[in-house]
Amino acid sequence: MNETKNDLLQLPNLERQPFEPRALKSILLSTITIICAVLACVPLFSVLVMLIYRGGSRISLELFTALPPTAFQFDGGGISNAIIGTLFMVGIAALITIPFGVLAAIYLAELGPYSKVATIARFSAKTMSGLPSIIAGVFAYAIMVITMGGYSAWAGGVALAVLMLPTILLTAEETIKMVPKRMKEAAFGMGCTPSQSMTKVVLPMALPGIITGVVLAVARAAGETAPLLFTAIFSEYALEPNDPTASLAVLIYNYSNSTSENQLELAWAASLVLVVLVFILNMVSRWIGSRTRK
Amino acid sequence: MAAENREESILPHAETLAAPPTTVDKIFDKCFRTLTLVFTWATVLLLAFIVFRIGGQALPAIKEYGLGLLVSSDWDVNNNQFGIWPQIWGTLYSSLLALVLGGFFGITIAIFLTQDFLPHKLEIILKNIVELLAAIPSVVYGLWGIYVLIPILQPTADKLHSSFGWFPLFSTSFSGFGMFSAALVLSIMILPTIAAISQDALRAVPGKTKEAAFGMGTTRWEAILRVILPTASGGISGALVLGLGRALGETMALAMLVGNSATVSLSLFSPASTLAALLALNFPEADLNQTGVLMYAACTLLLITLVVNMLGTLIISTTTTKGGER
Amino acid sequence: MNTLLQDDIILDCRADKIFYSDFLAVRDSHVPIRKNQITGFIGPSGCGKSTVLRSINRMNDLIRGFKFFGSIQFHTMDIYNKKVDPVAVRRNIGMVFQQPNPFAMSIYENVAFGLRLNRFKGDMDNQVEKALRGGALWDEVKDKLKKSGLSLSGGQQQRLCIARAIATEPQVLLMDEPCSALDPIATRQIEELMLKLKERFTVCIVTHNMQQAQRVADQTAFFSVDLSIGGRTGYLVEMAATKELFSNPQEQLTKEYLHGDFS
Repeated sequence: MNETKNDLLQLPNLERQPFEPRALKSILLSTITIICAVLACVPLFSVLVMLIYRGGSRISLELFTALPPTAFQFDGGGISNAIIGTLFMVGIAALITIPFGVLAAIYLAELGPYSKVATIARFSAKTMSGLPSIIAGVFAYAIMVITMGGYSAWAGGVALAVLMLPTILLTAEETIKMVPKRMKEAAFGMGCTPSQSMTKVVLPMALPGIITGVVLAVARAAGETAPLLFTAIFSEYALEPNDPTASLAVLIYNYSNSTSENQLELAWAASLVLVVLVFILNMVSRWIGSRTRK
Repeated sequence: MAAENREESILPHAETLAAPPTTVDKIFDKCFRTLTLVFTWATVLLLAFIVFRIGGQALPAIKEYGLGLLVSSDWDVNNNQFGIWPQIWGTLYSSLLALVLGGFFGITIAIFLTQDFLPHKLEIILKNIVELLAAIPSVVYGLWGIYVLIPILQPTADKLHSSFGWFPLFSTSFSGFGMFSAALVLSIMILPTIAAISQDALRAVPGKTKEAAFGMGTTRWEAILRVILPTASGGISGALVLGLGRALGETMALAMLVGNSATVSLSLFSPASTLAALLALNFPEADLNQTGVLMYAACTLLLITLVVNMLGTLIISTTTTKGGER
Repeated sequence: MNTLLQDDIILDCRADKIFYSDFLAVRDSHVPIRKNQITGFIGPSGCGKSTVLRSINRMNDLIRGFKFFGSIQFHTMDIYNKKVDPVAVRRNIGMVFQQPNPFAMSIYENVAFGLRLNRFKGDMDNQVEKALRGGALWDEVKDKLKKSGLSLSGGQQQRLCIARAIATEPQVLLMDEPCSALDPIATRQIEELMLKLKERFTVCIVTHNMQQAQRVADQTAFFSVDLSIGGRTGYLVEMAATKELFSNPQEQLTKEYLHGDFS
């Protein structure tokens, strides 16, 4: 390039000019971008390191089998009831929302995608997906706690269901729509009724995507605290679905400002368990997603 | 029934194995279709029911206190005096602060991830890290905020207050729990949302637009700032609005970090309160009258987030359909 | 137009007007389809030949805004009569599509799919084998019936789809450009298969390939696009025995098309 420049002075200068303002500006902006990206990773690692550092020491069989300690018990105790409570309430929510969400998604994606009600339902689901999680709690309080006369695991499950429904519905609709049109045509061409083409051909093909959505919704619900605060509240005893029920998330919240070092340690340990659970669920959903894309 | 018989007699099946759908098939089809329609309606009704129930519970309080509750700052349970202006202020202020921070980081990361700065493998790793940020439950962020973030912020905040105390943003001393810690954690929590939707918007910029810019002799950053970002601006504003929606409704991290004091202050270091935190803290112990007021607060929060989210969805859907027509 | 023996006609398709919402896609096309013959539909793209074909087993009912005016007489019944169940029609009039579309199931299950759907009570294995032999695929797949239908090559997939369609022994088989996604060798195999199939079935085939129509079709219907009324409406120009149509077309438009003046 140097030769060119020397031989033919008429030609424009094509050499790199590292100190020209435009180049400096580019370098500056790139640096800022890189710094931002690195900074954004810091919280994740900081959280993970702290969870392992402060909660890791409590990982033992006792953590998973024992009930929480009282404020005056200086060591020992576990979070077994919170783990079971979280699984139980998320389970209830999943039982409600999976059939609900998938059936509605079938209507939205296939049976009546252009109908008025489908448009409104799609809009409702999108709106609900942006609902503050505490509102789901307020709603469950209004319909469950007030009518049943007390806090219960059922009320907690309903609150979580309100949060899970839009995720499941919208992802199921997306995946059902993504089943190739020629598969649906083949089913209809064979003389399937609309529901036969759904259950025999389309749903089996959309299943991995639907599961991905369900797993993501479960992962999100498992970490939710706000909807449980005044529906299931908390309990130091073993699971009793008609009574207040413990959950990992509320346990972390309740113990986070405890003066008992023992309970605080358990809050960290419970956070570790919760985050590991949520990450595993996320990995599973990614794994299913990536497997089907091939 | 008559129709079915007639049909069978006319479509012959002497030599064919084809049979018309059986009655069982037809009933199943009918039931299945009806069921899907029922659940579709149920989705609509659920949202309506949520709004209706919360609104219904709030109605007595709305009647009693009127709009005055929204602008009053008194909260005296014994005298039945209620006002949620500090909470509304705190919700909006913390969310906007978080939006400024989270928006800046989120968009920058979206640019970083979409404009070929990194080898593909690293791009995927970084993308996953950002997505995992969204997976961490907010209560864990709250715990982390209390025991990790606040101690780190303390010295800097103290220095800022002592040197720049005259500046409204730093006018109160830092007690740890307060607007700044809360908004910082909040920005981490909304960053993944903003980054993800902005990435979609940036990826949707047609390759030919980019090529045109490079063809004109722009540097990479000139292309990004002058051509690509403006083209994706619709989607990015949608991302910001949806991020704001998420910040407005976020509860736990704020309830744990914001200090929960009904204060209206511009200072970053002052403790504050938000609507969601108010609900979280007061609901379990509320009596009937107070429940009404809290439902009123819930309604206010619902209204604010609904408007913001609808706006975001609208922005994204209008800009994407426009892109489709192009 | 040559005269047709009335009792030979298994499907008498009179598509007076076919709309997609406001768009008039096809007009005034009378296509009688004779039993145990192959009827070819040819014409330039957009001429409505696929639309007419897909109207015959009411596949177009799935398309939003589709409206059919006219009648399709199948034996003695108009399949657009309100009393007719389109699902039952599709079970009697099978279809093979442009893109091979086997289900994501085993080869065996793909063929058995229609039989199970029609609640076939006889010997399933036997019927599946019969269908696969009919689809000229048996020898290639008899050792791997459990493998996914999607693991086959494109040509094999298309023959699997044919086997799937004929397993229930429908009376009419509609083929919508069945070879357009295949290589020449696979195309040749499918064409040979069609000639065998017409002994037992009545076949209608849409093709963009005039040579293919000449090779396989007994009757050929030539469609074209009418641009005169502002739209792009397809219509039947003429229909005759294939040899007659290609050697002695009656219409000027047909002559031009066969000469390759437009496509």
